[in-house]
Amino acid sequence: MRTTGFSNRPARLAVAALVLLCVPVAALADPAGSPLSPTNIFAPVSTPAHSIMGLSLFVLAVTAGIFAIVFSLLVYCVLKFGKPADDDGREPPQVYGSNQVELAWTVIPVLIVVVLFLATARVLVGIQTAAQPRNAIQVIAIGHQFWWEYRYPGLKVVTANELHVPVSDAADPSPTFITLLSADTDHSFWVPRLGGKTDLIPNHPNSMWFDPQQTGLYLGQCAQYCGTQHAKMLLRVYVQSRQDFDNWVTTQTQPARASASVSEGQHIFETTACINCHAVTGTVANGRFGPDLTHLMSRETIASGVAPNTPENLRLWIKNSDAIKPGSKMPAMGLSDHQLDAVTAYLTTLH
Amino acid sequence: MSAQHTVISDANITWELPSRGRVGMFCLISAESAIFTIFVVAYLFYVGKSLTGPMPKDVLHAPIFFTICLLSSSLTIHLAVKSLKRAKVGSFVLWWFFTLALGATFLAGTAREWRHLIYDEGLTIQTNLFGTTYYSLVGLHAFHVTVGLLAITTVLLFALFGYVRQEHAERVDVLALYWHFVDAVWVVVFTVVYVIGR
Amino acid sequence: MATDAISTFRPDAVSLPLVARLHDWVTTVDHKRLGILYIVYALVFLIIGGIEAAIMRIQLIRPHNNFVSPDVFNRMFTMHGTTMIFFVVMPMLFGFANYLIPLMIGARDMAFPRLNAFSFWLTAFGGVLLYFSFLGANGLYGAGSAPDVGWFAYAPLTSRTFSLGHSTDFWTLSLLVSGFGSIGTAINIIATVFCLRCPGMTLARMPLFAWLNLVMAVLVILAVSPLSAAQIMLAVDRYLGGHFFDTQAGGSAVIWMHFFWIFGHPEVYVLVIPAFAFVSEIVPVFSRKAIFGYPVMVAATVCIAFISMSVWAHHMFTVGMSANVNTFFVLSTMAIAVPTGIKIFNWLATMWGGKIHFKTPMLFCIGFLFQFLIAGLTGIMLSAAPFTWHLANSYFVVAHFHYVIVGGILFATFGAFYYWFPKMSGEMYNENLGKLHFWLFVIGFHLTFDFMHIPGLLGMPRRIYTYEPGRGWDTLNLIVTIGVFFQAAAILVFVANLLWSYFHGDSAGSDPWDAWTLEWSTNSPPPVYNFATIPEVRSRRPLWDRKHPEDPDWKYE
Repeated sequence: MRTTGFSNRPARLAVAALVLLCVPVAALADPAGSPLSPTNIFAPVSTPAHSIMGLSLFVLAVTAGIFAIVFSLLVYCVLKFGKPADDDGREPPQVYGSNQVELAWTVIPVLIVVVLFLATARVLVGIQTAAQPRNAIQVIAIGHQFWWEYRYPGLKVVTANELHVPVSDAADPSPTFITLLSADTDHSFWVPRLGGKTDLIPNHPNSMWFDPQQTGLYLGQCAQYCGTQHAKMLLRVYVQSRQDFDNWVTTQTQPARASASVSEGQHIFETTACINCHAVTGTVANGRFGPDLTHLMSRETIASGVAPNTPENLRLWIKNSDAIKPGSKMPAMGLSDHQLDAVTAYLTTLH
Repeated sequence: MSAQHTVISDANITWELPSRGRVGMFCLISAESAIFTIFVVAYLFYVGKSLTGPMPKDVLHAPIFFTICLLSSSLTIHLAVKSLKRAKVGSFVLWWFFTLALGATFLAGTAREWRHLIYDEGLTIQTNLFGTTYYSLVGLHAFHVTVGLLAITTVLLFALFGYVRQEHAERVDVLALYWHFVDAVWVVVFTVVYVIGR
Repeated sequence: MATDAISTFRPDAVSLPLVARLHDWVTTVDHKRLGILYIVYALVFLIIGGIEAAIMRIQLIRPHNNFVSPDVFNRMFTMHGTTMIFFVVMPMLFGFANYLIPLMIGARDMAFPRLNAFSFWLTAFGGVLLYFSFLGANGLYGAGSAPDVGWFAYAPLTSRTFSLGHSTDFWTLSLLVSGFGSIGTAINIIATVFCLRCPGMTLARMPLFAWLNLVMAVLVILAVSPLSAAQIMLAVDRYLGGHFFDTQAGGSAVIWMHFFWIFGHPEVYVLVIPAFAFVSEIVPVFSRKAIFGYPVMVAATVCIAFISMSVWAHHMFTVGMSANVNTFFVLSTMAIAVPTGIKIFNWLATMWGGKIHFKTPMLFCIGFLFQFLIAGLTGIMLSAAPFTWHLANSYFVVAHFHYVIVGGILFATFGAFYYWFPKMSGEMYNENLGKLHFWLFVIGFHLTFDFMHIPGLLGMPRRIYTYEPGRGWDTLNLIVTIGVFFQAAAILVFVANLLWSYFHGDSAGSDPWDAWTLEWSTNSPPPVYNFATIPEVRSRRPLWDRKHPEDPDWKYE
């Protein structure tokens, strides 16, 4: 026969399941920001990311509890109610239902739903309706296939692919508020340690905000399928001290300084198709389809994070962008080796 | 709902079930209603959002006469089915023919309206959001009218050759159900396009 | 036990020439044959969709891999999703519904046999049309091939500007065609259930299988139609120069999302409710008890269907809707967990106090219960919108819905295969191979889909043909890919079992499981006319009444 020997097992199994569930969450929680992953959603450095994590842990705890209970019941059924080896072939008592039991397991889930809903609504409204303080940094992010354009209207900065923001002090917050637009299809801005993602949809402006409390480089990438090179539309957000950020802004607002040594490259740049897509302030180049190149050399990467910004990679990119990012909108320019050297030399002076 | 088959067994169960034609047609009507609902939602969502081009109040004139034709055809088809149920085949053919004529008149009216809109007002499906949503919604309805008229014509031809009799009244009623649905959709489309949307 | 010792009756065993037999199958209007056609069609596409998945997983086994180009990868995830939903799971479920509903309600066929055949062939040709795109979609600049816009084909990526060639049109048209087939089948199911039940079988005495497929059919009618409407609008945009989703003309990309998900969410309930139906038939028989709480199960399913029409925008939490709108969809999504949970509890209560026979169908149902529980709980996590601001469009969501569709629906479907294979073929399957299939698949499934949740939590978005090293995703992706090989092996064992058993299996008899619904009172396989005389029933389990005349169900219902 059965039962008495197993009666402890379901309880032990339930505890084991609960402990097992805690392990992955504990493993992922990354308060020191140590590199388990630079894009770990459980290593927040910004207020929205923190409140989302708090809500997430609460939801995880509730669902883990539900799992433990129901899983134990399932295991208990499987272990206890198997057909015995010495089965006499008679059918067990037929039970058709029970109103009280049905009521119980309706009411309790409803209560759980109410609690979860209230917790969720609070965090949701808190993040979405946050007021914008006076000294918030305003950025307009425009999604393109397959790069990011950033404009700081108040600071008169136009740049691409690498977003710089000041660190925010908890006592005197200076969050960054981003208006999200798109020049072509749908994209999504997701830097997990800074906050949840928000989509960039043409003809549908969105907005998001974060207030990073730790300097550093934060990574992410586009999270809404936007075409061939969706996978390589990477995000790099540089959170800097106030001083460093102001210095950065100052350099970004300078026009490009011409240098005679690269005049040949500059001439090629300005007389071939480059200026149809690219802009360099202070020159005739005023194209908007591709990234602004005025301060190209102030960026660590090119092609929205795909390759380090070195002269070799620049030259390769101009010669044949498909070698780095096949399917990007940058055409192979059809320049001779000499022309490529000249243009690269010019571009490397754009600090 | 009339019974399609009744089985009285030796256990004295009276067993009546709905007719499958009617149930099937109600399901089809539900599916079509869902499709029309989406087109109506799109129409209402885009009211006033066109960036350019002719606006509804500039070019739309409510087709009152043709609407009366279409809605009257619901009455005539109802009378036709009633006649057939009473085995008055001649009367049935007459009312059925009137239904076809009224429906065809409505279609002709739509065609006339579209000709005017395209050639005189320069409104096509490509012109602006209004053009796209208008031609799609009214066109979808006109397509359903056309399909209905083809079915009605087929039945009329059968009837003229003497193949339609009283025992077919149930099936003809199912087709009438479709036709009533088409008319009901026109009430909605008319309200949305010529009343609300202007 | 079985009341009649029936010898197997195999119509195909009559020696007709091959052409005549093929002609019979192609022109059939018999619901049983159409059911088998649907199921075999779905199995073939299951293999094709599985190969597409394997290609993707091999590409993702390590960062910066070069197994396929980005374009090919993007086509793979589009085709994999579209195939699996529209040409595997839906036909599979329609196949079982077609085969079993008339038998279970004591009818001779579906309400509209010719519409039945027409709907099948529409679906079948829709699938062929979709796959023809690999060959025939080359358009301007040779830029076509299979569609690569994702299975939900968001605007404006699908506009002529961003989708060159005809690949998107193949997506649109093949789904329009098969969508009409689905609506036709749904109309048939509803009319059959309402109009062809045998005497005494009130709606309250129908098998849960019939009830749940009725609810599924209603959902198909209400949900597939909006998709058809949206696709017509997309076709108007692409071919007639319309502006429904043209953001440059003031159109809205978001309205495509609304229309799509108004279809897309009820669609997942279209997929899962028939899986519930399988479990609701198998678990009672293998626990030797009636289903616990039949009326509540019906009510809960109707509630689920009803609420499912109001949750769609939880797929759009990141799109920028207002806080009020987001909050509403959080509430409706959490609410749907309640009736779903009730069903799980009722299945457990059916097992409770029973005598469980651990045969292959029941093993798969137990797997279903475990995995569907987890899938439902990750669904609750996703209903918390701020959490979804991270998890949406990440591998966590991919893991969640594969947990539902593979861990839930496919497991239940495998259970259904093993349970009804004896009825459909007249042969018993090999129990050892069945168990091998089960364990191999459990190992593979959990290797792949348990570990797939974690890269999502670590920031890995979906639909990327490669990823950067150093994000903590590498080993996890490797483990996920390894699981695929176990699943593939399991499928091979499954197909081998089906084929071997069909030709060499032991004769099954009409009622190998000692079950209680009407299909088990016919021969295996049933004759073309199903029942010699239309049966009469007095309870939900007519065969229980026959086998237990001293203790029939109708005394207690």
